[in-house]
Amino acid sequence: MSDTDNILVLTNLTKRFGGLVAVDNVSLNIKRGEVFALIGPNGAGKTTLFNNVTGLFQPTTGHVIFDGREITGAKPHQVAKLGIARTFQNIRLFDYMTCLDNVRVGRHVRMHAKLWDSLFKSRRERREEERVTGEAMELLKFVGISKQAHQYARNLPYGQQRRLEIARALATDPKLLLLDEPAAGFTPQEKVELMQLVKKILTRGITVFLIEHDMKVVMGISERIVVLDHGEKIAEGSPDEVRKDARVIEAYLGKSA
Amino acid sequence: MMGRLHLRERIRDRDQAIYGILLIAALIFPMTTMFVSGGSTAYISQAAHAGTWVLLAIGLNVVVGFAGLLDLGYAAFFAIGAYTYALFASTQLGSSPLHHNFHMPFWLMLILGMFVAAGFGALLGFPTLRLRGDYLAIVTLGFGEIVPQLSYNLPQWTGGINAIGNIDQPWLPGWVTGPWAGANNIAFVQGSNCRNPLDQTHFIPCFSFAFDPIAFYVLIVILIIGAVILVNNLYRSRLGRAWMAIREDEVAAAAMGINTVTTKLLAFAIGASFSGFAGAYYGAIFDLVSPDDFLFVVSITVLVMVVLGGMGNISGVIVGALAIYFVLNTLLPSLASNAQSLASTIGLGSLNAQQGDWPGLYGEVQRMQFLIFGLILVLIMLLRPQGLFPSRVREQELTHSAVQEEASVAEEGARP
Repeated sequence: MSDTDNILVLTNLTKRFGGLVAVDNVSLNIKRGEVFALIGPNGAGKTTLFNNVTGLFQPTTGHVIFDGREITGAKPHQVAKLGIARTFQNIRLFDYMTCLDNVRVGRHVRMHAKLWDSLFKSRRERREEERVTGEAMELLKFVGISKQAHQYARNLPYGQQRRLEIARALATDPKLLLLDEPAAGFTPQEKVELMQLVKKILTRGITVFLIEHDMKVVMGISERIVVLDHGEKIAEGSPDEVRKDARVIEAYLGKSA
Repeated sequence: MMGRLHLRERIRDRDQAIYGILLIAALIFPMTTMFVSGGSTAYISQAAHAGTWVLLAIGLNVVVGFAGLLDLGYAAFFAIGAYTYALFASTQLGSSPLHHNFHMPFWLMLILGMFVAAGFGALLGFPTLRLRGDYLAIVTLGFGEIVPQLSYNLPQWTGGINAIGNIDQPWLPGWVTGPWAGANNIAFVQGSNCRNPLDQTHFIPCFSFAFDPIAFYVLIVILIIGAVILVNNLYRSRLGRAWMAIREDEVAAAAMGINTVTTKLLAFAIGASFSGFAGAYYGAIFDLVSPDDFLFVVSITVLVMVVLGGMGNISGVIVGALAIYFVLNTLLPSLASNAQSLASTIGLGSLNAQQGDWPGLYGEVQRMQFLIFGLILVLIMLLRPQGLFPSRVREQELTHSAVQEEASVAEEGARP
């Protein structure tokens, strides 16, 4: 498999916190344009792995290669600029900013206005602001919350906050989108809508890498799945393969007597 | 796009309304007070001093209100601005190891003071902005203590406890004259007291400010208007949003591609640059720059102005600064004599007399000045915890109709 097929490659990634090995020698590769899921019981190290990819943590050993480039140890803002966006397990919106502004912050990294432009409202800056406002409204429409554009993010209902977080992440023009439990706390109807939204995101040419607990969602949209348990990769394959894997069943249900 | 809005909608925008009121007040204030007081410029002088604090509050608001970085040493940057002007516009450096007097023009030093303060802001910010919250506050507190201590202890440079006096007045070319030139029109007619900026030993005809409150008042109003426009532009820009994002959630901001270190550094430097501005102005109007003017209490007073006015909201911060200045410099000092005369009018004149432990109403009220100040602060914060004019959901670039249009279009797109 050539490197150009893979958008993200992790090789022997390990993250230790003192004596605790949160991610243990995990290797995986994600192909362009697929939905790749990471599952595992609570505390398996899924979010830690995300944090290692997005630069929030520095891996203890191992490599992160994104789009053919080594990004191990890069800072979060550098990773975002290169084209990895993410959402958070416990929603982290900018509470006292409007939805529109939340998305416009996401656009920050693709904007060019310098301090001078901002101070004196140069024509270039005004044009850029106008364009970005349009793009942000477009994204709010894309996730279906454009009516709430001028409300504070904290005033949105839970489901819409999750959507806003996705819109904000999409605003960075990512090549790879990491979704950390996007369906947590959703009703069955909302889960169906989320799956449709993920499919719409794929049509934009964005690869999706998600952590999810809900098996219906995972099995419904992902092409390949990796299972983590105690930081170790215990299985990898298509939804059907993973479902039948003995170690996966054991990890989730415990050893049968 | 704002220009196309109807007047009614503009007035509905509270911020715009406050700016309008403040501007009108700033225009009619000198005439009214001169008329009321029979030609005295004492009130105008007060207002010109208050303006320094408005500038400081606008600057600190960038750091504390926008970016959410608690800065307890803001007076240090104010001091740096003031000393920058004082050193290069007096005879102080002549008695320093440099042995050379500088008399740079005020306008140049205004800009230079800004850059010097911004530079120190960046210098302090660089090693410290990795700290968060309380830790950052403590470091800024330390910096705020270091700067006045340095100026106490480097007397050969700063004059130490003796301060720097006889600071040059700002001046403009002689043809710049008008109602704002006040009494100094005469000074101009009589001749000259300004140094040729190119050849500093010669004097040229000019219009010198010469401590004329009206000239300083006009200057500070212009400076404040400029500062408000610039800060407002920043607030509504990419950088302003980045600051607020960092204030709300630093981790999420970084994940969105914001370089948190440089963005915070910019907040520090820009905030400091306004106090550099204010410092140069202060040196000129006060004609004395002493370490005593930049103690911790100055930092705290500016912080109180920002918090009480409405953190993050520029118009609120201006009102807060004016209100606190009024309370500290007019209300509290006159409280004692007012209480005294009130007591005698309502027949409690006996309270005014000194008796045993009772020092008389005058003395007692004077003693309690800062207790009363504290009570006022506590009361305001209880009644309006968000400040006098809190920051609100911004009026967006889109007009109302555009929003409704978007919303109706969104109906179809709402369900993916």
